[in-house]
Amino acid sequence: MRRLQAALEDFGGMIFFAFEAVAWAFRPPFRPWLILTQMAFIGAGSVFIVGVTGTFSGMVLALQGNYAMKQFAAEGYVGGSVALALARELAPVLTALMVTGRAGSAIATELGTMRVTEQIDAMDSMAVNPIQYLVVPRVIAALLMFPALTMVFNLLGYLGAYVMGIYVARIPVGPFIEHTRTFLVTGDIGHGLLKAVLFGLVVAVITCWRGYSATGGSRGVGEGTTRAVVSSSIGILVVDYALTLFSVGT
Amino acid sequence: MIQVRDLWKSFGGNQVLKGITLSIPRGQTYVVLGGSGSGKTVLMKHVIGLFRPDRGTVTVNGVQITGLEGKALTEARRVFGMVFQGAALFDSMTVYDNVAFPLRERGHSPTPELVREKVLAKLKVVDLGDEVLERFPAELSGGMRKRVALARALVSDPQVVLYDEPTTGLDPITTDYVDGMIVAAKQKLGVTSMVISHDVASAFKVADRLAVLYDGRLAAEGTPAEVKASTDPYVQRYLSTWFQKQ
Ligand SMILES: Nc1ncnc2c1ncn2[C@@H]1O[C@H](COP(=O)(O)OP(=O)(O)OP(=O)(O)O)[C@@H](O)[C@H]1O
Ligand SMILES: [Mg+2]
Repeated sequence: MRRLQAALEDFGGMIFFAFEAVAWAFRPPFRPWLILTQMAFIGAGSVFIVGVTGTFSGMVLALQGNYAMKQFAAEGYVGGSVALALARELAPVLTALMVTGRAGSAIATELGTMRVTEQIDAMDSMAVNPIQYLVVPRVIAALLMFPALTMVFNLLGYLGAYVMGIYVARIPVGPFIEHTRTFLVTGDIGHGLLKAVLFGLVVAVITCWRGYSATGGSRGVGEGTTRAVVSSSIGILVVDYALTLFSVGT
Repeated sequence: MIQVRDLWKSFGGNQVLKGITLSIPRGQTYVVLGGSGSGKTVLMKHVIGLFRPDRGTVTVNGVQITGLEGKALTEARRVFGMVFQGAALFDSMTVYDNVAFPLRERGHSPTPELVREKVLAKLKVVDLGDEVLERFPAELSGGMRKRVALARALVSDPQVVLYDEPTTGLDPITTDYVDGMIVAAKQKLGVTSMVISHDVASAFKVADRLAVLYDGRLAAEGTPAEVKASTDPYVQRYLSTWFQKQ
């Protein structure tokens, strides 16, 4: 019972924190330089891992798709179905999970360390709001970079699928491309990018909150980071489910 | 300038402050003494609104800090500078950027030349030269970090300065120097200061008024002469360690 109450209070604190971040985002001073720094860290710094994950996912999907569809002599549909799966589901979700592991954990650790070594208090004492200075740039950067990285995943994933499908599985190029065109509409990519934006919001708010509210020295920071990664991952899956349900129905 | 009224604070079951009342007139230096863990830092953090009291109020310059939050609280803190007990330097920034931080980040952007001038001047006051500018806090000694924290707290020329053990960990000559700084800030700039100290000698040197915190209350409070004459047994024991040496 006590733990439930503590968990609810913590959740309430995080929601309030998120609204505060939104409010501070619209007040001057604006700090574009900090946003760019965070974009470089979250975005540019994750291109490699997201690219690798995307390429391999696309390759594997093409092989598995080929294996399955061959049984109906429908290999021509591989390109289209891979593209659809990537755009609507795999690219946003896997990108978000990878970026959480790489950048989300770093955010929770960095802010947590600043909290327990009183650097956040010091910032407060200098009349610089730490939510505005530390949290807002990270949230904005995540909102922009999650969809951008999702597009990287999409492109490299499809490229991987293409190479595997055409050169390894020997699927004819014509139907591969043709069915991609008919299966995949712009709305599918949009659906995936909308997910990515929301995942960015969820991950940035959760990891910033875990760092910002850290207590109990380096051990507390470590625990906060673990919790940040676990709750972000669950958050991604829950939001994904809700959006998918909302979008395609049952 | 600063009024603290009937301040109570507990953490879990730990009752730290049990009704603190004190007032610091404009332009005076107020020293808080007391044993380790007696709640001095907690008291100071209430003054700048980093903690919320369970009961009681803090008023600074007629503004009730304890009633503020969000933007209003951030605005109200512009009159303050604070030196943290553990220095609390930003470890991702160089010494220069640390000291420049309050100048650059408060909304009105001064020219880089002006920032540089002020930063170098303040670092010089705490006896730090050009060679430390590009170093990171992790590359400094404890005493150097403390002096950078002093420079950072003073760089925007605040009206109120809160010093949490500014001289702990400094050598006697630098300690004397920092004491001189506190007095000079008062005399030249009319700065109001609250100083937490473990060093009874320097406390009596810089203080207009003193308080001794014990068991969540002020065991003694007043001018140095009044505190010295206190009959409270804890205060007598606290001060005797030093006066015996005289
Ligand atoms: N954030 C906090 N959470 C829980 N307890 C705290 C917190 N900050 C301080 N305390 C408790 O409050 C009491 C007073 O701490 P405080 O830091 O004010 O001591 P102090 O007088 O500054 O001691 P010192 O001279 O050693 O710095 C201690 O018992 C401490 O455990
Ligand atoms: Mg202390």
